[in-house]
Amino acid sequence: MKGEKTMSDKPKKIVMVASRGELDWAYPPFIIGSTAAALGWEVVIFFTFYGLTLLKKDINAKVNPAANAAMPMKMPVGPGFFQNINWPMPNLLTANMPGFENFATTLMKKTFKNKGVASVEELREICVESGVKMIGCQMTMDVFGFSKDEFISGVEIGGAAMMLQEAGDSDVQFFM
Amino acid sequence: MPTQENSTLDCRGMNCPLPILKTKKAMDQLTTGQILKMIATDPGSVNDVQAWVKATGNSLVESEQASGTYTFYLRKK
Repeated sequence: MKGEKTMSDKPKKIVMVASRGELDWAYPPFIIGSTAAALGWEVVIFFTFYGLTLLKKDINAKVNPAANAAMPMKMPVGPGFFQNINWPMPNLLTANMPGFENFATTLMKKTFKNKGVASVEELREICVESGVKMIGCQMTMDVFGFSKDEFISGVEIGGAAMMLQEAGDSDVQFFM
Repeated sequence: MPTQENSTLDCRGMNCPLPILKTKKAMDQLTTGQILKMIATDPGSVNDVQAWVKATGNSLVESEQASGTYTFYLRKK
């Protein structure tokens, strides 16, 4: 029917390149990866540049409001109307106030939890359980001084050619 | 006659993609023909469940919606 693959066909395959390490960018590869696996797809995530930090045993991703001017600043506590207020945060404050990044990160994590969103660690764990293939980029590991033993187990190491071979063999490709 | 479920999964309060991830895990525990009743409050789950069913070959035999709660009866392929 309308070009839909039947269930006997090869499962769909998605290849993602995760190049960012902030908290807000940590979500997309693991949300899409875990969901694609739940749909029965084969999933490959290639971690490069700052995305490599998402492979570390402890994820220490933060969100930077100064770099995300459109980011709504909301309070995770108080009555509904209060939580829905979008607090105006001038860049002068978000970029220069010491500890503001930690403050914003705490707010975002709390708000996500309040809204029933899984943590990045939880989503990554589901990716691991569901057999998502994770590849660390050798070149950027060398540049930033990461070694494989800092990463969660099961991570493979490769380069652009390995990623392209996976991508060329896939149905969907995302760069994030 | 209402659909009789073999097991129930409560995803109320959970947000995307948790209802789908939990549904997948719960369906893995069932055998062919058995029914999972999944309850969610995430409005996105209405379209997400349909997409998941289409991708996996399981079937959505019945669904209900009442005051912000969505109930799905899913039959295992």
